[in-house]
Amino acid sequence: MWQTLSLFAPELLLAFFASQLLTYGAFAKKDVSVGARYFAVALLVAFALIGFVMGKPTGEAFKGLLIVDDYSYYVKAIIGLSAAAALLLSKSYFQSEKLDRFEFSVLTLYAVLGMSIMASANNLLSMYIGIEMQSLALYVLAAFNRDSLRASEAGLKYFVLGALSSGLLLYGASMIYGFTGSLDFATIAASIKEQGPTTGIVAGMVFLLCGLGFKISAAPFHMWTPDVYEGAPTPVTGFFAVAPKLAAIALIGRILIGPLGEITSQWQQVIIVMSVLSMFVGAIGALVQSNIKRLMAYSSIANMGYALVPLAAGTVAGIKGMLIFMTIYVITVIGVFAVILQMRIRNGMVEQISDLSGLSKTNRPLAIVMTILMFSLMGIPPLLGFFGKLFAFLPAFEAGLIPLAILALIASVISAFYYLRVIKVMWMDEAENEFVTAPRAVRVILLISALIVFPVLLLPFFAIPAQSLISQAALALF
Amino acid sequence: MFEGLPILTFITFLPLLGALTLVVISRLSNADAQAQIEKNAPRVALLVTGFVLLLSILLVFDFDRSNPAFQFIEDTPWLGGGIEYRLGVDGISILFILLTAFLTPLCILASMTSVKKRMLEYMVAFLILETLMIGVFVSLDLILFYLFFEAVLIPMFIIIGVWGGKNRVYASYKFFLYTLLGSVLMLGAILWIYFYSGQQLDSPTTDMRVLMTQLDIPGGVQTWLWLAFFASFAVKMPMWPVHTWLPDAHVEAPTAGSVILAGILLKLGGYGFLRFSLPLFPEASLELAPLIYWMSVIAIIYTSLVAYRQNDMKKLIAYSSVAHMGFVTMGIFAFNTQGIQGGIFQMLSHGVISGALFFCVGVIYDRMHTREIAFYGGLVSKMPVFAAFLMLFTMANVGLPGTSGFVGEILTMIGAYQVNPWIAFGAAFGMILSALYALHLYREVVFGEVTNEKLNDIEDVTRPEWFILGLLAFFTILLGVYPSLITDITSVSVENLITEFNADIANMEAN
Repeated sequence: MWQTLSLFAPELLLAFFASQLLTYGAFAKKDVSVGARYFAVALLVAFALIGFVMGKPTGEAFKGLLIVDDYSYYVKAIIGLSAAAALLLSKSYFQSEKLDRFEFSVLTLYAVLGMSIMASANNLLSMYIGIEMQSLALYVLAAFNRDSLRASEAGLKYFVLGALSSGLLLYGASMIYGFTGSLDFATIAASIKEQGPTTGIVAGMVFLLCGLGFKISAAPFHMWTPDVYEGAPTPVTGFFAVAPKLAAIALIGRILIGPLGEITSQWQQVIIVMSVLSMFVGAIGALVQSNIKRLMAYSSIANMGYALVPLAAGTVAGIKGMLIFMTIYVITVIGVFAVILQMRIRNGMVEQISDLSGLSKTNRPLAIVMTILMFSLMGIPPLLGFFGKLFAFLPAFEAGLIPLAILALIASVISAFYYLRVIKVMWMDEAENEFVTAPRAVRVILLISALIVFPVLLLPFFAIPAQSLISQAALALF
Repeated sequence: MFEGLPILTFITFLPLLGALTLVVISRLSNADAQAQIEKNAPRVALLVTGFVLLLSILLVFDFDRSNPAFQFIEDTPWLGGGIEYRLGVDGISILFILLTAFLTPLCILASMTSVKKRMLEYMVAFLILETLMIGVFVSLDLILFYLFFEAVLIPMFIIIGVWGGKNRVYASYKFFLYTLLGSVLMLGAILWIYFYSGQQLDSPTTDMRVLMTQLDIPGGVQTWLWLAFFASFAVKMPMWPVHTWLPDAHVEAPTAGSVILAGILLKLGGYGFLRFSLPLFPEASLELAPLIYWMSVIAIIYTSLVAYRQNDMKKLIAYSSVAHMGFVTMGIFAFNTQGIQGGIFQMLSHGVISGALFFCVGVIYDRMHTREIAFYGGLVSKMPVFAAFLMLFTMANVGLPGTSGFVGEILTMIGAYQVNPWIAFGAAFGMILSALYALHLYREVVFGEVTNEKLNDIEDVTRPEWFILGLLAFFTILLGVYPSLITDITSVSVENLITEFNADIANMEAN
């Protein structure tokens, strides 16, 4: 009993206080949105770190429904911290758009709770519960600006396509259940080992991966991404671009190595196809975008393609590479959205790439930081994005997937083009408008992100412990 | 002198430190002080790069020429897993460090008057660039080398794009994407080597010292890896037919940008061939050498002819750079002492001469704001000192005996002749063509009557320009009459390179 509770402590903390917050907010006389936000941020930080403070107890909880290991701790920590950053970023935006409601914080907390269950899922049932819990909260968040046509459209689109993907996922799960007779990951793995890759299991696996592909917006299941990214309020888009992606790809990693670990050669093909399609759709689709949020949508599609490259290897180094890549991706993208949230002129937010023109003259620090972040997304050394790609593509070489790695490298050259365009607009075009001064919270998060991306993690006393932490997390799956 | 000191780290990162200082100072001061900072930025940069130059001269004196191994080694943990922070220099790389440290202060000096906007950012970009270029030459770790090699793109993109001419955006894109495509293929090859070293040796590593001596890559794969490295170095070099980014980049870049581009960045490719392609993939190098020969000869002849037809001075010099780099590749892939020594010598001398030519173009461009050859004529009567300098550098570019250009070209041709006389013949023919375009340029710009009225008020070189051009002229002649200044330093390392190369080849034939 106590053991289960201690394993489940992060989720318990989150669920209890999120519900308390919801109740309190509903009955409070005055607007509690500001307090609720800080409370939620503190809660998320506590959620992220509590496992490390408690000495990382590991084991299975609720009769094997959930598994808690180094992998889940690491993923939860990144999810919690990135969600906290996204919440902090949202403050000034919602206040100036007159949208600030405490429900935003509560919904974020519930979404994180769902992601946390995804990261710990050890059973097809708990996996589905986690995904749905996360998705339902996210649907509402997408349409949070309910009076805006675009936001409502985004929410609806996300909901309909998300429901479709859940259907695919459930269909795949039921097939796997039908052919193995179990929902438990370990039992499924044993059963698959016994009977080999039968048609039913392979078909179930394909449906399962299609459903999960929707969640990470991997091509060919990426159609919803640009519209939802554009329509949703900007802080919500920033949140979408980081935490749910990490949770879903972590879940994919666990499923591929755990229950499907015996049929690597089968799922490898699916992952490779999704990976190659994503990186080229992302790279080529972004070339013609003029809205920076849509650009980031395609960029995230391409980056999910890169993140699938190490997963396709299916090795410890592969999982490690995926985690390193995703961590760096999350940090960089939060920084980029901190910049996008500063794109405010006197009559409101702007989000065209051309609105950044001449930024190096009007606001030099912001331009320098954005340039660093863009070069990092491009994967140019010495910025951190390069090391993300380095560790992501290396496992593919070790696993003999050399063509995949070469394609990924070529796709990253194509995508360099549109990141360069953002830099070009900032440095080489004449200024059109000046942004108003951004609130401090946004600037602080931006600075942290840029500092991490730029030099800090290159130093050995950061690089080596961070790698060993991630290696430990990756090893937990095997 | 530098016993136990991390001198290479210091030389490499000193300019970066200077850049950061400039940024921080500008950030901390208020708006009134900005004009003063803009004014003082080049002085600070000059001071920092001057100090770097001083240190690298001391480094050369402290360097043990009789020792073929890497010296001033630094080896500290970095990323783990065999990818560490490893620095060191040998007789080949140390001279490139010196060349970088020598050209950068001159560029900054030349930019003091010619750059009109955003001085602070320009200086910061140049200081960062110097750090990265020196970093390329001191790295002994493949990943670290790649890091510096690729990072050069960032400041160069900004320099061309912000301070360039009319068509700068197009040129900067072309420069960036061309070189990036080449580089990522090399990254793929590096990753494969890293993975393979884990299989063949005890643990994976990217240590060049280990890879060069112990790693034995099977022949078929060698060809692929060689081609991947080649893709990167050939673009950087640039070799025909992937040279088309160079004229655009040169034309649009500001004067100092062109000098750095021609003087140092083009050498990264040749240095890469020497440092990586030859020691790591000897069989593939030998096998594919004919490809390099023919590409070099085509480059020498074809680009010389193209250069002759240019209307823009910078474009003409840019094409002539491609031709001169053809001599370098030809020499390196002759695999003998004269060829490789000549290749290195040609790179260093071209660094000085092409840099000087771009400075010369910069001098008249600053006055007239055009690089049209047809615009000028009869400058000898208005700018006699300038005409004399341009004469010297034009002759050096042609390869006149007594200038450094001659030594490099004759050595590479001697080297190539031993391997394939026809190649040497083609290259010699190219030398004649180089006289054609260089003298054409000189005649059109300097000789004759002043026909253009706008030229009536043009003034001769100012004192800083005199200083820059005089210094470059001094080295052009010094290296021309006393080439062993360079070859003494490189010879032991080059012999060592050739010995190991031949041993590898003999090994292969024995198997």
